[in-house]
Amino acid sequence: MTAYGDITWLWVRAAWVYPGSFVMLVVGSMLINGLDFVGLWIMFANIDHLGGFGLREVALLYGASGIGIGIADTLIGSVERIGTYVRTGRLDQMLTKPVPLLVQVCADQFTLRRLGRITQAAVVFAWAAPVVDWTLLRVLVAVVMMASATVIFFALFVGFSCIQFWTTDASEFANGFTYGGNTVTQYPLTVFPREVLVSLTFVLPIAFVNWYPCLYLLGRDDPFGMPAWLQFCSPVAAVVSMALALLAWRTGVRHYTSTGS
Amino acid sequence: MLYAAIATRAFRRYATYRSATLAGIFTNSVFGVIYSFAYLALWAQDPDAGGYDAVDAVTFVWLTQGLLMTVAIWGGGTTDDLAERIRSGDVAIDLYRPVGLIRWYLAADLGRSAYHLLTRGLAPTLVGMLLFDLRLPDSPVAALVFAVSLPLAVTVSFAIRFLVACTAFWLLDATGPRVLSAALAMFFSGTTLPLVLFPGSLGTLANALPWSAIIQVPNDLWLGTHTGRDALAALGFQLLWIVVLLGCCSLVMRAATRKVVVQGG
Repeated sequence: MTAYGDITWLWVRAAWVYPGSFVMLVVGSMLINGLDFVGLWIMFANIDHLGGFGLREVALLYGASGIGIGIADTLIGSVERIGTYVRTGRLDQMLTKPVPLLVQVCADQFTLRRLGRITQAAVVFAWAAPVVDWTLLRVLVAVVMMASATVIFFALFVGFSCIQFWTTDASEFANGFTYGGNTVTQYPLTVFPREVLVSLTFVLPIAFVNWYPCLYLLGRDDPFGMPAWLQFCSPVAAVVSMALALLAWRTGVRHYTSTGS
Repeated sequence: MLYAAIATRAFRRYATYRSATLAGIFTNSVFGVIYSFAYLALWAQDPDAGGYDAVDAVTFVWLTQGLLMTVAIWGGGTTDDLAERIRSGDVAIDLYRPVGLIRWYLAADLGRSAYHLLTRGLAPTLVGMLLFDLRLPDSPVAALVFAVSLPLAVTVSFAIRFLVACTAFWLLDATGPRVLSAALAMFFSGTTLPLVLFPGSLGTLANALPWSAIIQVPNDLWLGTHTGRDALAALGFQLLWIVVLLGCCSLVMRAATRKVVVQGG
């Protein structure tokens, strides 16, 4: 963990070599997501409810998912680019160093530009917060939701990046699950058919990022008639997906044979 | 002929990465499905929002997914090479080629976009047709006008990306401007949400900006929102922005070559 801290600090200082570009990067990332939310806002200029949910309720879902993926995306560093490291042989170099490979890859090219996204999502969440009738238990569920969302997205990033140990240039395949998962959770899942919800519960645990805990926060009955205890299962989903991702990572690294170049 | 050769080489260069192409098609399709259901929910509430019906809206989603890579909405393409060559100093080699630098990169980018159109454009559109009810162009003329608007859309996008890459002459690293420009491009092109839904003066502004020429205009030509003289006006709008933006590109290049000392010399 100290190694992680040291390497990331190195990259933070490196980013400051080009301060103009770094500031634009943070503002740009904030703007991309800010305008993304404006898009949602404009949708609601045309309608009152989307899938039975009002703007603030959708904003609650949006904010929770955005904070989760924002933190996860910051923590994973270069995991998405692992294929490039395989191709260029940099992975061989890393394997010789006395720091766990996953820690090295996660710390490599560490950038704080996702601060823009995290800030934007936090602002949206705070704006949506009054829609919840807060109790102590709900605060606890909200905190656990954010932590679980971060872990689930972290696991998705790491797990699907492992495909690159087999095909080095298919990094974009993972985007369908990671950024796709983020986009799905920006909408109430009632806009999708039941099959989608079932897959997002039992195949890829993306519904646990925000949907189930937010149903509890909002005090709503499950529109699909799923059992209410699922609303407390986000930490379980997080632990299971993290375990599977680490297993995939180990298998990938074991399978890895250097390109020899 | 030289430019055709450049374009062909660029086409073949991108065609090397087959599994990357397949992965991209998969991802475009995932996003297509997500947005289709979200828009269907919206249009179920307001069946003629923005003058589109639900079929138009879903068609818009899949056309947009097909165009994203073709017009390189997030950046990428040959302008990224240019930004990197400015940073490393290799741009000096480009500058003493006996070919205009802007034309060289434009030809390569058109070659790249042809490859992306045939793969990442066509495939997600076919997936969309399998999964959802999509609208096809009403007449061969509408299809032809749509086809003409595509290279124009790529050129508008290229000119904007070229200007962004040129900021590297002054900032050395163009990543920041690139992200900033991608944010504006996503929003004002109609990728985030069709511009027809934008209310009042925001809608007027969005439709007048060059980004609308990249996604919204070709999509509307496919959907038949513009017909007859309107369709010609839409192409004229794209041409106008091409002239203005390429003019800016050559002014910037002139300033850059006069002012900037190439690194690494």
